[in-house]
Amino acid sequence: MGLFTMTKRALANVIGKPATLMYPVKPAKQFERSRGMLEITIEDCIYCGLCSRHCPADAIVVSKDDRTWQVDRLRCIICAQCVDVCPKTCLRLVPEYKKSVAEPPFVDFFQGPPAPPKPEKKAKEE
Amino acid sequence: MKDQNTTMRGIAVSDLVKETGAFKAKGCRLVQIGCTGIGDAYEINYTFDKDYVFETVRITVHDGDVIPSIAEHYWASFIYENEIHDLYGLTVEGMSIDFGGHLFHTAIENPFKNPPEVTKVEKETPAPGPEEGDA
Amino acid sequence: MGRQIVVPFGPQHPVLPEPIHLDLVLEDEVVVEAVPSIGYIHRGLEKLVEKREYTDYIRIAERICGICSFTHSVNYAESVEKVMGLEVPARAHYIRTILMEYSRMHSHMLWLGLTADAMGFENLFMNSWRIREAILDDMEMATGGRVIQGLCTVGGIRKDVPDEMLGQMSDHLKEITPQMEELCKIFSHDTSVRHRMRGLGVLTKEEMWELGGVGPTARGSNLPLDARCTGYSAYDELGFKPVVEKEGDCLARCIVRARELMAAADLVHAAVKKMPDGPVDVGKIKGGPDGEAFFFTEQPRGEVLHYVKGNGSKYLVRHRVRTPTFANIPPLVKMLAGVDLADVPVVVLTIDPCIGCMER
Repeated sequence: MGLFTMTKRALANVIGKPATLMYPVKPAKQFERSRGMLEITIEDCIYCGLCSRHCPADAIVVSKDDRTWQVDRLRCIICAQCVDVCPKTCLRLVPEYKKSVAEPPFVDFFQGPPAPPKPEKKAKEE
Repeated sequence: MKDQNTTMRGIAVSDLVKETGAFKAKGCRLVQIGCTGIGDAYEINYTFDKDYVFETVRITVHDGDVIPSIAEHYWASFIYENEIHDLYGLTVEGMSIDFGGHLFHTAIENPFKNPPEVTKVEKETPAPGPEEGDA
Repeated sequence: MGRQIVVPFGPQHPVLPEPIHLDLVLEDEVVVEAVPSIGYIHRGLEKLVEKREYTDYIRIAERICGICSFTHSVNYAESVEKVMGLEVPARAHYIRTILMEYSRMHSHMLWLGLTADAMGFENLFMNSWRIREAILDDMEMATGGRVIQGLCTVGGIRKDVPDEMLGQMSDHLKEITPQMEELCKIFSHDTSVRHRMRGLGVLTKEEMWELGGVGPTARGSNLPLDARCTGYSAYDELGFKPVVEKEGDCLARCIVRARELMAAADLVHAAVKKMPDGPVDVGKIKGGPDGEAFFFTEQPRGEVLHYVKGNGSKYLVRHRVRTPTFANIPPLVKMLAGVDLADVPVVVLTIDPCIGCMER
């Protein structure tokens, strides 16, 4: 009886498909809801800084004067708390993961477009 | 969704061992001992449970007070009492196993009693890389 | 009477995924006494509650443990809701329950695999982790995270899981149930497993009660101690009975976990069948928690307690977590006395130590 079970299992293992994915060749399983990485549509950002204040990992730095938004990819825990609080819904999580890198910068830096002409002082250009 | 049956009452430090004995006689299980800092004093909660009725007794102590251990009734209390000693720097007398402050290896001694001074370091703005402004 | 020597066990040891140190006092080959010491990965997460808003802190509470993450977030949310008197909609409770049972299945399967690995039964290890993968995929589909679900929030859940998706999950679960049953049978009947674990580290029901053991560790000693009996979330409506085993040895603790797989699957099916309609959160929450509350839930590893205390501001004053592993250390110390040195790894593993959550 035991031998029969064993033979069946052995045959199934020989003939059947592998349980693993051939990862680099076949993409990893990702779903519509998967939290892969954080992205921003910088044009819509109003630099209110809510995302940086609510970030549990202190990964986001926003500068209103310089009109910049930056995220430290190594600190970010992809919890989507910033996505929830963003008043302009310009932050979003996409299912794809950030490609791995071998050296700095690990901080993704986004420079917003200059402020609309009239109000405030002129945006800094570098 | 049922509400959980939890009760809480405060007792004097001197009554602690007697009260614990009463819980033991009732056939309660020791659920936890937890300490909370409230300004200049500390609240220590002892939770016991029987048939999912969670009863908590609370003592309030100050720095330098000696807390009696409840190890004579509950041998397993050593783990919680050592934690209180290591994190809050309170003295517990008569523990069943005394680690002498070596249960928790912490970088700062009694971190919950003397929290370290936190100075906020301004984050460095990284030099914008070549792909700057890739909006 | 032999000479006594002290052998250090850990913090780095092949069976331990996380660091705990035990000083084993040996007489010949037999352990006389074990002295635990912890604190290698104390992260101070409880202290962090003073620096984060209570709604953001749930993301940190979830990361107390990497395996039972969802239960931690539910427990934190429930305790804050208890302080604030929020009435969470029924659908949110049901979805939380389903995901808690899913994380129980995945945690138990992970543990069964690790135990098989510690015994040197590599095939069984791969087998149980292969089944676990199907559970993880379903969780990622429903919530977006494989192990850190991030779905629970104070006042409900963040994103509804539609009925079709729940049906799909339930179907997948039905597909893998025969495999789980086979796994359960191997753990309870296989000769090599029985030889390795039968009669090891025995604690009776009375000793376990005395020592305050919780979870499958206690249930393996015929102690029907399960926080799910208090009927939090949707458990009071799903008809639930704790799984217990009589022997109180390592094998009994192992079989309890294997049988809980099936019990968890049944709970998921029952919850999907009874799933109510309606909203999944209470909407915008005003103000901060003022007061204090204890809340108990049943993690895969045992009963966990969260204590929160607030003063009406957005920052909580104190958050305390008593995790099951912490409560299971005294039973472990008692279990180890009298076993052979070669059996220590298996005994340590049967309490399912999760040091990361123990030290917060």
